[in-house]
Amino acid sequence: MKNWRILENKLFVRWLSFSAIITIILLSAFFLTLTISSWPAIKANGIQFLWGKTWDPVKEHFGMLPFLIGTLLTSFLALIISAPFSVAAAIFLGEYHSKGTIPNIFRNIIDLLAAIPSVVYGFWGLFTVAPLIRPLEVKLHLPSSGLGIFTASIVLAIMLIPYSVSLVRQVISMTPIQLKEAAYALGGTQTEVIWKVVLPYNISGISAGFLLSLGRALSETMAVTILIGNAAELPHNIFSASNTMASVIANEFTEAVSDVYSASLIEIGLLLFIVTMIINLIGRSIIKNVSLI
Amino acid sequence: MEAISDRGIKRRKFKDKLFRYLVSGLTYCCLAIVFVILFYIFKKGIGSLNWAIFSQLPKPVGETGGGVVNAIVGTLMLVSVASIIAIPFGVSVGIYLADNRGRKMAGRVSLAVDMLQGVPSIVLGIIIYLWVVKPMGGFSALSGSIVLSIMMLPPVIKNTEETLVLIPNTIKEASLALGASYFRTTMKILLPTGIGGIFGGCILGIARVAGEAAPLLFTAFGNPYMNYNILKPVNSLPLVLFNYASSPYDDWHKIAWGATFILVSMVLILNIIVKYFENRWKVQF
Repeated sequence: MKNWRILENKLFVRWLSFSAIITIILLSAFFLTLTISSWPAIKANGIQFLWGKTWDPVKEHFGMLPFLIGTLLTSFLALIISAPFSVAAAIFLGEYHSKGTIPNIFRNIIDLLAAIPSVVYGFWGLFTVAPLIRPLEVKLHLPSSGLGIFTASIVLAIMLIPYSVSLVRQVISMTPIQLKEAAYALGGTQTEVIWKVVLPYNISGISAGFLLSLGRALSETMAVTILIGNAAELPHNIFSASNTMASVIANEFTEAVSDVYSASLIEIGLLLFIVTMIINLIGRSIIKNVSLI
Repeated sequence: MEAISDRGIKRRKFKDKLFRYLVSGLTYCCLAIVFVILFYIFKKGIGSLNWAIFSQLPKPVGETGGGVVNAIVGTLMLVSVASIIAIPFGVSVGIYLADNRGRKMAGRVSLAVDMLQGVPSIVLGIIIYLWVVKPMGGFSALSGSIVLSIMMLPPVIKNTEETLVLIPNTIKEASLALGASYFRTTMKILLPTGIGGIFGGCILGIARVAGEAAPLLFTAFGNPYMNYNILKPVNSLPLVLFNYASSPYDDWHKIAWGATFILVSMVLILNIIVKYFENRWKVQF
């Protein structure tokens, strides 16, 4: 009986360490799997893959520049559109009304945005945002499908708001009260305290928050896949139909017949994985440093 | 002289007010967006809800009616199998992290969990396609559940860790002093005390994966028929939504709005459960 209990305990401790180590192994295995599976493409496409302008699966000519540009345009546009809203909401919730019932309710309402599934945003955008963009495109004499980089960025911007707000609000609310009080004692108005103390003091934390939001934007798939219009050429302007790295995988992976074709898509996945991992690593380490102070 | 400084103060006060209005205005815009989206989804969704959506299989193009019962069953199946895989594993990692705080290994594991949360879901889809679908020779519900279980891990682990850390050491020490082993202490004292927070983490994880479509594209794949076999492809609500949304048929869009309504209500209810019980379940001493 006693021996069994000792054994049981030992097994339990082993299992805990084992399960913890598995998470690390899992992450490394992801990287290895992606690298190994995309090796045929890395060998066949070479380094030109990164800046090749044509993506032609029929001729097996693979260059991912159109998707790279599409991804960067969509993500940064979304970040720029959402930034004023998220910083304002973060200031509202972290500085103006940091305690009480109403800001708590506001916070929960904004958090609901994070709960709505990505594919629902895509479907919603198709019926509400795209028809709004169409007349604009007609006015500018562009092909007026309503789908394209701009439509995708608007919806993506809405999806980013809850993340940016919660990250920025947390950073802002950690400003030392002494600094703020000193500024008030010198006669500063609340706006001046926010602009000259709170924001400059937290600039690195706020940038980290936006960096993490950028990571989310890069990896966002379904909403963008529905709204971006699916085209494999370099975008001419921000209304062009395009594809992001994530959406091209979603659109083409099941149809990829040849080995090099599917390996090329996996290579895009590998790059996406590496970029988002780096962004997360940097963003999280900055935020951790900020919260340690 | 006095007049000038007075004007300066007035201007600063005016600026202060202006900025305040701007910030409040933008915040109310954010709130308005939430209501606009939810209102639109509910208006369209309730308009296209009928009993057929809950009870019938999808019909081919051209035939009116039909429903998404197979997708509802599929979603429930995917999510429950994913929970069975993820919850025991995630809770174990959470216990490990809570008990080994400050150690080097725990720091690395914690970092790995954070990174896991950042892995793009579509990339996870590719990986499980390579690990499970390819060796098994076909798309299956099981592979979909595995992807979702990996996505569920971070919230389950984080919530377990955060809950267990809050439990005072004295309680744990009392149990150990009575001669209970570490295993018994964890099972009979720590987990029951922190069950609320752990449960909240599990619900949060479920809410997070229930609406995922991207990784299911190459794993669960979708299936127009009813399927209860875990080794066969299965449909899920987000997948139906994606397929129907990109189709040009009005009839399919109508069904898709019904599916959206079901999916969004499901996810929102799960989130509200978490929010509502968050404070009640929090370990308090």
